[in-house]
Amino acid sequence: MAVAEITLVEAVNQALAHEMAANPEVVVFGEDVATNGGVFRATEGFLKRFGPQRVLDTPLAEAVIAGIAVGMAAQGLRPVAEIQFMGFVYPAIDQILNHASRLRNRTRGRLSCPMVLRTPFGAGIHAPEHHSESTEALFAHIPGLRVVVPSSPQRAYGLLLAAIRDPDPVVFLEPTRIYRLVKQEVPDRGEALPLDVCYVLRQGRDITLVSWGAMLHETLEAADRLFQKGISAEVIDVATLKPLDMLTIRESVARTGRCVIVHEAARACGVGAEIAADLAEHSLLHLLAPVRRVTGYDTVMPLPRNERAYLPNADRIVRAATETLEFT
Amino acid sequence: MTGIASASNSTLAASFAVHYHRYLDPDGKPLASLPDIARDYERLRRLYRIMMTVRAFDQRAVNLQRTGQLGTYASCLGQEAIGAALGDAMAQEDVLLPTYRETPALLMRGVAMHEILLYWGGDEKGMDFADNRGDFPICIPIASQVPHAAGVAWSFKQRNEARVAACVLGDGGTSKGDFYEALNLAGAWQLPLLLLIVNNQWAISVPRSAQSGGQTLAQKAIAAGVGCEQVDGNDIVALHHRLALALDRCRKGGGPYLIEALTYRLSDHTTADDASRYRGKEELEQHFTQEPIARLRRYLEAAGEWNQNLEESAQNDCAAAVEAEVERYLETPHPPPGAMFDHLYATLPDSLRWQLREARAKGHGCG
Repeated sequence: MAVAEITLVEAVNQALAHEMAANPEVVVFGEDVATNGGVFRATEGFLKRFGPQRVLDTPLAEAVIAGIAVGMAAQGLRPVAEIQFMGFVYPAIDQILNHASRLRNRTRGRLSCPMVLRTPFGAGIHAPEHHSESTEALFAHIPGLRVVVPSSPQRAYGLLLAAIRDPDPVVFLEPTRIYRLVKQEVPDRGEALPLDVCYVLRQGRDITLVSWGAMLHETLEAADRLFQKGISAEVIDVATLKPLDMLTIRESVARTGRCVIVHEAARACGVGAEIAADLAEHSLLHLLAPVRRVTGYDTVMPLPRNERAYLPNADRIVRAATETLEFT
Repeated sequence: MTGIASASNSTLAASFAVHYHRYLDPDGKPLASLPDIARDYERLRRLYRIMMTVRAFDQRAVNLQRTGQLGTYASCLGQEAIGAALGDAMAQEDVLLPTYRETPALLMRGVAMHEILLYWGGDEKGMDFADNRGDFPICIPIASQVPHAAGVAWSFKQRNEARVAACVLGDGGTSKGDFYEALNLAGAWQLPLLLLIVNNQWAISVPRSAQSGGQTLAQKAIAAGVGCEQVDGNDIVALHHRLALALDRCRKGGGPYLIEALTYRLSDHTTADDASRYRGKEELEQHFTQEPIARLRRYLEAAGEWNQNLEESAQNDCAAAVEAEVERYLETPHPPPGAMFDHLYATLPDSLRWQLREARAKGHGCG
C-alpha cells in the first residue's frame, strides 16, 4: 500500500501520536497545544484522541512548562513539552541546565529525567521579532543533555521517536522554515532512528559539507551545483548536536581532505566552531585546506526584510567550497 | 492594603483574609484549646528527640566545616520544628522537594546523617538516599524546585494516586518567578501540592521587609486561587496540626495549599556567611527566646511528660547517634575520577568514552 507523503510538521505529529498510542506514560503539554492543536498544528487532533489527562494547555509560563516536565519525568512519565518558539525558551534554560540535564547525575541514578522539550526554531518564515533565532549552541554546551535537529520529514519522525524513548532529556529543535517545505513518504511503523550519530546524506570524494536542520537544503543545493562543476561533495547531516558524533565527520574529512561547515546560527561559539576545533585537533594531517564555516553573522537576528541577507545560501556555500578546493 | 477610594457604582469583587495559627506561647503555655496532637505525648517526645538530634547534628556539621572536614554547610538552627513536623505529618508515599536547609525533614524521611554530610562534603553520593528512593534531592537554585513539585503533583493526580507533593522553600524564594509560575499553575490545575514557606526572616542579608511589600507571604497564594495560612514556625503543635490538615486536604482532592511558617534563622546563612555584618545582637538574642526546642520542652515538662533524667539520657543518645554517622562520613572514600561520568547519561555516549579514559588515567582535566 502506498504511503502518503507528509511534511516535517506532520511527521512530528505522526511520531508524537504513534508514541502516545503505544505508551500511556507519554503526555504532551505547552501553550495552545490542546484545544488549538499547537500554533503549527504539531498536536492537531490530540486532545480529542488522547484526552485532557494526556494533552494539556499550560498557563503561559515557560519556566514552569520545563519545570513540571522534570517533576513528571522523575515520576516515570514521558513528558513532551512544547515551547511555542525558541525565542521564548530562555526562561526554561534554568530548568534544563540546573535540573533536567543533571538530575540523574546528582542523584547517582536514583532519579532520572526522560523528557523531551520541543521547540520550533530558525529563520526564513518572515516571522515577528524573537521568532527566528537559532541558539542551539546554548543547549549544545550543556552536559547531560541531548540536542537533536531533524532535517526532513523522515528524520523528524524517526528522531522524535528516539528522543521520546531516550532515558535522558532531549531538546528537540524543529526548523520552522522546512516545516512544510518538502514532503516525504514516512511510514508510521514506529521505527526510531539512532541518536548520537551523524547521517551521511550524500557520498562524495572531494569535499565534506557538514550541516543540520533547515540549512541542509541550501547545502544540498550547493552540492548539486558543485556536481555540475564536476566536484563530488559529501554531505553530512549532524542531526544530534549533543553529544556530537565527530568520528563520522573525521572519517569523511580523512577521505576528502576538505571541509565546509554550514549553520544558520551566529558564527562565534557556534556548533561549527566545535566541529572545526575537533578537526584541527584530530584531522590536521588529513586536511588539504583550512576548515571553513559558512554561518549567520554575529549580529542580532534581523527583522524579516533583512533575513535573506543574514541567512547563508547556496551561493555562499558554493563560494566557500570552491575557495577551499582551490586552496594551495 | 486598600485601593483608590471606591466610587458609588463599584461592588465588592473579592475579599480575602489570612489567618495565623499558634497554640503554644514561647514558654510552652497553651493559648487555646489544643488539638489531639498536643496530648499525643509519645509522638511529641519522639519529635523532641528528633529536633534535639538535628540541633546536635547541625552543630557538629558546622564544627566539621570549621575544621576543614566539610564544605559549606547551611545550618537550620532555630527552624528544627518545621521539618520535624512536616516529615512526621507526611505519608511515606508522598514526595518531598526540599531546599538546602531541610535537615530535619530529610532525617524524618529516612535520609541518613552521613548522606547529608557526604553531600555537603562534596560527593553526589549523598543525594542517592539509600532508604528513600522517591524524594527529590536538595535544591540549591532558589525556588527552582517548585515547578518540579507541581509536575510531581500532576503525576499523582493523573494516576488517581492519593499522594501529595510537599515542597519547601524560603521567604526569599517567594520572590522568584519559578515560585509564582508553579503556584499559579497549581491553582489552575488544582494539584495535590503543599507549599511550605519557611519564612526565617532572612535571605542571606536581605530581610523579609525588603523581599515583598505584602503583609504576609502566604497571601501570594490567594492571587493564584490557592488556600493559605500562617503558622507559628516555632510551635510544633501548631505546625503538626496545621500541616496534617493541609496534607489531608491536598490528598483528598481539595487542591493545593500554602502554609507560611514564621520562624527565625538563628544561624548565619551558611558557614560562608557572617550575619553580624547585617543584623544586631539584640534581635538575635530576642529570637533565641522564641526557639522551638525549649518551647516544646517546657510544654512537656509542665504536662509531666519530660524531666531532667530523660533530657540527659536523650542528649547522650543524640550525641552517640551523631558521632556514629560522622564516623561513617569521615570513613567514606572519595569518589574515583571516573565517577563524574557514571550517571551523566543512562549509557555514556561513545563520543565521551575517551574523556572517561582520560579521567581514569590522569585524574585531572582532559586534553
